[in-house]
Amino acid sequence: MHSNQYTLIYAAGLSILTAVILALTAEGLKPAQQANVALDTKSNILKALRMDFTEREKIEEMYDSSIEDVVVTMSGDVQEDEGADDVDLKNQINKKPEERLLPLYIHTAGSGEKHYVIPVRGTGLWGPIWGYIALEDDFNTVYGAYFDHKAETPGLGAEIAEEPFQRQFQGKKIMSEDGKFVSVNVVKSTAKSDVAPEHRVDAISGGTITSNGTDLMLENVLAPYVVYFEKLKDKKQIAASEN
Amino acid sequence: MATETTTTAAPSVKPKKEALFSKKNVKTLRDPLDDNNPITVQVLGLCSALAVTVQVKPALIMALGVIFVTTFSNLIISMIRKTIPNRIRIIVQLIVVAMLVTIVDQFLKAYMFDVSKKLAVFVGLIITNCIIMGRLEAFALAQKPWPSALDGFGNGLGYGLILVMVAVFREFFGSGSLFGYKLVPQWAYDHGYVNNGLMVLPPAALFIIGIYIWWQRSRNKKLINVS
Repeated sequence: MHSNQYTLIYAAGLSILTAVILALTAEGLKPAQQANVALDTKSNILKALRMDFTEREKIEEMYDSSIEDVVVTMSGDVQEDEGADDVDLKNQINKKPEERLLPLYIHTAGSGEKHYVIPVRGTGLWGPIWGYIALEDDFNTVYGAYFDHKAETPGLGAEIAEEPFQRQFQGKKIMSEDGKFVSVNVVKSTAKSDVAPEHRVDAISGGTITSNGTDLMLENVLAPYVVYFEKLKDKKQIAASEN
Repeated sequence: MATETTTTAAPSVKPKKEALFSKKNVKTLRDPLDDNNPITVQVLGLCSALAVTVQVKPALIMALGVIFVTTFSNLIISMIRKTIPNRIRIIVQLIVVAMLVTIVDQFLKAYMFDVSKKLAVFVGLIITNCIIMGRLEAFALAQKPWPSALDGFGNGLGYGLILVMVAVFREFFGSGSLFGYKLVPQWAYDHGYVNNGLMVLPPAALFIIGIYIWWQRSRNKKLINVS
């Protein structure tokens, strides 16, 4: 039997040794990992715009050539000195809506048509869920959606990351006909609700908490953008009438 | 302990050095592939076998990860086995295993990001894979480093073989493809062929492993009275 002293020193020594090894590995691999995460973000934004690329160069090229990112304040002004990537969504979504900074990615297609991609983030059952919602330039119709999650249950909540769930969002509207914000609601198709069909998508069986989380996330994150979109709409109308 | 003094003995007193691939060592390596397969005979590590076998590619990467961890955890623990205080040996094993798994996880995140996203939590769960702790307790704590490494490699490989086999069945019948390449031609779908939806769900893995165990026992007489 080893003495207590030996046991304690042994445990401490081993812990320090493994800690050093792990710290070195993590530090050494950090640049490659960060590059992957950045690329993943770009590829996810493109997926919300219904463009699915797998090759690194393609993603970089497409993203750099057609997407610009802006940060908007709650009053609808563009922050000049910041890019959407600098905004940590995790901190923003817990703030009061009036104090939030709103990151936005603007995609200009070859035909000059614009799409507006809003990054969203919320909570699922086991951890964070996030995604990107692309709106058409009427600031109302959803062009595409992409969701991902950290640790939702495979086969249940994790279905939000699958294409069939995301495809449902295409063509849905976030504003009601009289111009009020209603978001896109994630509710079971059998559930009785007075929300019109163009504002709801079918929730996931067995993934109720994740579905509710997605629903809340959309409502919470999309709502503040309406002010800025109204401004853009006015600008567009002025531009149109001047022509 | 008496064994501690033998390490300092003069070379002439040592027994003749065992060949690297002696009969015994080869048996250590080969047993876990069939006669003592960790999944189908020892019935360990089933959780990940059910979870990551929907497609072949993640299953293969998972298998490689487990082979790496079993081999090196067995090797490291065997090398330090005489210094490990008996009372904290499980903790020491866990630290070593957790370190190796974290290294695997970090490497996947850096170089195979898409696969690491698919495997997600299951890479971290290699730590709790019973095969690893089982081999450390049962083998590495009492054996020399080289046979231990072979044992770890063999068990990892035995695990990996089953994993990849199950994944081949599940991806082919569930999605009509292998490694993501479509194998079932479009005309088959046009004539009414449908992918088996059950195959992409975890229970399918259980059925396949069950059928494999049945087949293995009917073929391998040594296993019939084992359990």
